[in-house]
Amino acid sequence: MVEVCLYFQVHQPYRIRNYSVFEIGSSHDYFDHPKNGEVMRKVAAKCYLPANQLLLELLETHPGFKVSFSFSGTALEQFQQYAPEVLDSFKKLAGTGRVEILDETYYHSLAFLYSKEEFREQVTMHRDRIKKLFRQAPKIFRNTELIYNNELASYAEKMGYKGVLAEGADHVLGWRSPNFVYRPKNSQIKLLLKNYRLSDDIAFRFSERSWKEWPLTSGKFSNWVSAVNGNGNCVNLFMDYETFGEHQWQETGIFDFLRHMPAELLRHPHNRFSTPSEVARHNAMDELDIHNPISWADVERDTSAWLGNSMQKAAIQQLYDLEQPVKEAEDDKLLEDWRKLQTSDNFYYMCTKWFSDGDVHKYFNPYDSPYEAYMSFMNIINDLKIRMRAG
Amino acid sequence: MFGWEFPPNSSGGLGTACYGLTKALSSQGAQITLVLPTATEETDASFLKVINANLKVIKIRSAIKPYLTPEQYAHSTRGLHQSLYGSSLFEEAHRYALAAEEIASQEEFDIIHCHDWMTFEAGIRAKRVSGRPLVVHVHATEYDRTGGHPANQYVQEMERRGILEADAVITVSSYTRQKVMEHYAPEPSKVHVVHNAVEQTTVPAELDFGIRKHHKIVLFLGRLTLQKGPDYFLYAAKKVIEYEPDARFVMAGTGDMMGLLMNKAAELGLADKVLFTGFMKGESVDRLYRMADVYVMPSVSEPFGITALEAQKNRTPVIVSKNSGVTEVMKHCLKVDFWDTNQLASKIIGVLRYKELSKCMSDEGEREAAGISWDKAARKCLRIYSSLLARARVS
Repeated sequence: MVEVCLYFQVHQPYRIRNYSVFEIGSSHDYFDHPKNGEVMRKVAAKCYLPANQLLLELLETHPGFKVSFSFSGTALEQFQQYAPEVLDSFKKLAGTGRVEILDETYYHSLAFLYSKEEFREQVTMHRDRIKKLFRQAPKIFRNTELIYNNELASYAEKMGYKGVLAEGADHVLGWRSPNFVYRPKNSQIKLLLKNYRLSDDIAFRFSERSWKEWPLTSGKFSNWVSAVNGNGNCVNLFMDYETFGEHQWQETGIFDFLRHMPAELLRHPHNRFSTPSEVARHNAMDELDIHNPISWADVERDTSAWLGNSMQKAAIQQLYDLEQPVKEAEDDKLLEDWRKLQTSDNFYYMCTKWFSDGDVHKYFNPYDSPYEAYMSFMNIINDLKIRMRAG
Repeated sequence: MFGWEFPPNSSGGLGTACYGLTKALSSQGAQITLVLPTATEETDASFLKVINANLKVIKIRSAIKPYLTPEQYAHSTRGLHQSLYGSSLFEEAHRYALAAEEIASQEEFDIIHCHDWMTFEAGIRAKRVSGRPLVVHVHATEYDRTGGHPANQYVQEMERRGILEADAVITVSSYTRQKVMEHYAPEPSKVHVVHNAVEQTTVPAELDFGIRKHHKIVLFLGRLTLQKGPDYFLYAAKKVIEYEPDARFVMAGTGDMMGLLMNKAAELGLADKVLFTGFMKGESVDRLYRMADVYVMPSVSEPFGITALEAQKNRTPVIVSKNSGVTEVMKHCLKVDFWDTNQLASKIIGVLRYKELSKCMSDEGEREAAGISWDKAARKCLRIYSSLLARARVS
């Protein structure tokens, strides 16, 4: 029996505007509201609304179909602000009872790596928000960008989660398969690993004409998944929800692929759909000892996309150095701004790793260069410091 | 090959480009006869040793120099023997062309390659006497030099003739190609982009400059002319100094705006903050880059901008005008609208203040410049030559 576990990540950051040095001390509005609204409305029209509609139809058609989502708090807030109909459609999906919602840090932050206290506060904020919006108490945790190590697993366990998601990275799995449930070193929590080959076939390679498997049909894909029978218990397909219609445009046939996938998968008698907490009921196959943080980003599958160069390290360190003074200031607006700055995207924009090649990093980057991103961020840090002194 | 500016008698990117390109072409097996006009004995033979031996130089006695306006030309030749030199820049270009025609009828060659308008007549005449294909290389157009308002119809006409009569046109950037297409409308398929590059020599990591103990240095390096936007640099300096009072602004170069800029600096209260160095070349230029904390190229219109790559090579962070060809190959820099002096000042301050920013820009910039070599440019030129020769054989 193979349990197919679909998890979609839904995230939108509060993009920072070009904040000039001349504004330090006089302007405290850091975010690019027009751009944020524009992106949200665009992605809502291209992805969230049509994909939600399709999933709703699939849930109605196939009683065995199940999916799961994780939402960043910043995405949820911006739905309310710019596209409330999107939030309604997600609520409708959750109402079917076959859509599981996961927990993460509210601000899609790297807090776990810098401040455990802030991490816990953000996870709690997220849990409260999900309960309020969707009437669910998440049992599974996924950290920002699937950043994971032993320590994260033990924190998630202590916070009451039954399972945690991670990347099925080759360098930690070795000869082992991602198609089983694992147990982190020194914890009992269940570890669900992304099958990155099958996930990325959809998320990254689907429209790549130079790929030898192009065009990918749901029939072909289902055969690959079914082939896991006998060699594994689960196939975890984890990806950004924006894959549907935004990263892979509608013209590529991605929606048709999704439309036919459940029927094709269910055609095989030994396949079924499960949510992450259902998959987590399996016994762990083996223990995984992961000390250095892994993630689902880039070929490195580590944290270098956000923390790879000295600008990124300096920017995030400066930000977290402000934690105590910001919290002591007891100024809600200041605290909220400080937290919005923690969103991992802000550090991703400063990445110089692949900048010359103009690949995926550039596609997601609202700035002309990593240097511009860093400059605006540091100017804002200086403004934050002035605000704290003034308060 | 018809050129005119060549190191060490070089006042800008044109000579640097001719040097880099001919050296790389020679090393890839092209045999080049370079015809240079020169009024001085300094276009020296010792320099030739640097270049591959199969590059042969023929010197024509002429006062011709690039970047001179006819008025400046008249000034520069004052006092020289009138029989040796023509009385105007255009006459001089014409005299050079007549000599070139003579040379072309004697020398053996397969391709004629000429650089910018002053050699275009030479190229056209050489083509007529030899029947060989003509390549004109556009390093700048009259529209760049004059901020979009061509002052000189003769120059414009010369550019038009060269570009239209050429069998192939090479532009130093897509930006320049667009200008050529827009103003001269040649057959699009014959216009090729070959980006300039930078000499791949190693430079010492010298940072031991006394001034750096007290000041951060913002560098402008280029001709002090309208095209290079030195006035925008001054206006930005005025804003930077309010935030970074220890910053100093070095303006290296000379040009028709020098006096005006000195007065302007004084007017803005920057008399002691802006340091003019006059014309610099060779090793001094590299030292300036290394002394600087940031290099700014605020050009109004820059067909390419090799200096930006030279700054990178010297590990100096770079801020460049979006109106420049170099931005097509250079990513690890900050880009600005030249007219937006607020934006320019804000970025200068950012680079001066945030050491991680400047460190990353230096590291990545150095790596980037190391990948932009003349060999690549020369290979593209050779491919263009080959296709012209193949076509000539067929017809």
